[in-house]
Amino acid sequence: MSAESTVAVSTTARAPKSRSPKTRPTRSRTPQLLLIPAILILVLGMGYPLVWQIITSMQEYGLPQQFGQPAPFVWFDNFVTLATDPQLWAVVARSLAFCVITAFLTLGIGTALALLMTAVTKTARLILQVSLLLAWSMPVVAAMTVWIWLFDRRRGVVNYLLDMIPGVEMNRFDWLSTPLTFFIVASIIVIWMSVPFVAFSVYAGLTQVSEEVMEAAQLDGATGIQRLRFIILPLIRPVIAIVLLLQLIWDLRVFTQITMLQDAGSKSGDFDVLGTYIFKLGTSAQDFGMASAVSIFVLALTIAISWFYIRSLLKEDEA
Amino acid sequence: MSRRRVRVGLFSALAIVIALLWVFPVYWMVNSAFLPTAILQSFIPTFFPVRGTLSNFTGALADGTFLSALGMSVGITLTAVFFCIIFAFLAAVAISRFRFRGRKSFVIAVLIVQMLPAEGLFIAQYKMVSSVGLLNSVIGVSIIYIAAVVPFTIWMLKGFVAGIPADLEEAAMVDGLSRFQAFMRITFPLLAPGLVASGVYAFLQAWNEFTVALVLLPAESAHTLPLWLRGFVQASATRETDWGQVMAASTLVAVPVIIFFLIVQGRLTSGLVAGAVKG
Repeated sequence: MSAESTVAVSTTARAPKSRSPKTRPTRSRTPQLLLIPAILILVLGMGYPLVWQIITSMQEYGLPQQFGQPAPFVWFDNFVTLATDPQLWAVVARSLAFCVITAFLTLGIGTALALLMTAVTKTARLILQVSLLLAWSMPVVAAMTVWIWLFDRRRGVVNYLLDMIPGVEMNRFDWLSTPLTFFIVASIIVIWMSVPFVAFSVYAGLTQVSEEVMEAAQLDGATGIQRLRFIILPLIRPVIAIVLLLQLIWDLRVFTQITMLQDAGSKSGDFDVLGTYIFKLGTSAQDFGMASAVSIFVLALTIAISWFYIRSLLKEDEA
Repeated sequence: MSRRRVRVGLFSALAIVIALLWVFPVYWMVNSAFLPTAILQSFIPTFFPVRGTLSNFTGALADGTFLSALGMSVGITLTAVFFCIIFAFLAAVAISRFRFRGRKSFVIAVLIVQMLPAEGLFIAQYKMVSSVGLLNSVIGVSIIYIAAVVPFTIWMLKGFVAGIPADLEEAAMVDGLSRFQAFMRITFPLLAPGLVASGVYAFLQAWNEFTVALVLLPAESAHTLPLWLRGFVQASATRETDWGQVMAASTLVAVPVIIFFLIVQGRLTSGLVAGAVKG
């Protein structure tokens, strides 16, 4: 779902670690019966659309088919068309670049803030944490309206403040008019929303680094940088890996943020990422065949990136 | 020692500056919501709501669309949370209290479905829901929401169920209760915090959801709060935006979410520690 902030919380909100369950293999049908409602709703809400989408991605499914004409099977024609479409490649490249840059910046800033939390007084830490929590809890759509207002061409605070810097002419600068500045704004917003999750996760990891190890390193004469490089970072590597992975997945599927920035700026294709591209294919062009083909591509990409994460969760399940 | 204290002081000051910077958009939303239109139309921003007014709120509410959107949001969210919790609870009990054939396939399927982005499925979901005439209805969206939220809720509840020792139930069974009775009288009450946490998670998901709602609720009369809020921004492209009203509207949408979020935050952060450090 799109609400990144809350997905973020929950993904790590794993309840107390399960002790190896005291369960025995059972011959009764109880467990299967208990699963029925969940399976039914998953099949209905996810499974059926997924299968329909795979089939449709191999059909010619445009306007005539919307009005009841049979959809001829074209097998992989849609994918071939897509693979040879420079516009799609531009969208893919843009999405990937946006995703990678934003995810790494988020990770960097989040980790820096987590380290900062360990180096400050209790009060300062609390203030920082409360502020991050408030940003984290903002609904995406509400956050977007505020950011669009902040970056407003004429009365936005951002232009007002930048313009006060001597020598900088930012009055009435239209951030959303060129793709580069558009995506810079998008990236700033996404980073603002996602950093709290990263900062809290990494901070949680840091508090697990034992005091004794750190003291021992200090006694051995390790400098701050050395302790960070050789002790802290290796110890929190698992957290960092998972957090980065989740950021990559979430930043690949930015939709709400881009759609709303397009509302306030331009809807031209130069401002599209994969999500908005599919949306336009499906709604404006009514080309469900092609839209499905791009969707399959997005799903495959997501599963490929998340496979590592899924595996780590599975390991936890078996533990 | 004193050099160390200077450093802590400097870092603390830096932390507070960053905190102010980070919270600024949230503050700005509330600040603008209370400022009268005349002040907001000035080219010089006003940083404190000194001559604050509630007129933006009454303005945003005056239009009946807010209530209609609120009604849709409440209806969809309650439906989704209710069924999601029941379905997830049953499934969580199954996978954490039993070992059975098909368990692993189910767990893998749940984990994969959890990662599927709405952005990769909404065309198909639109087609499915529209073909049975459920566009613009609470039921259509709710089905998709439940399916989207149930996987993680199962995963979350599974941890809670497994955290309650089965020994407790077995002791009760020795005392003569049936397995079902033991579960309902012993384990279920202990699960309350877990059910609340998952309920809040499902609430936040459904309440904030934008993408699926955009596709499945095209009629303005069926808009949920996020779509209603977006309408303000869309309108701003063509005419002068009343930012005071937009910010008042955003505040109205955000406040319940922020309150809920802060209530469960403690539990969620302790969950973070438990979950995040394991490799």
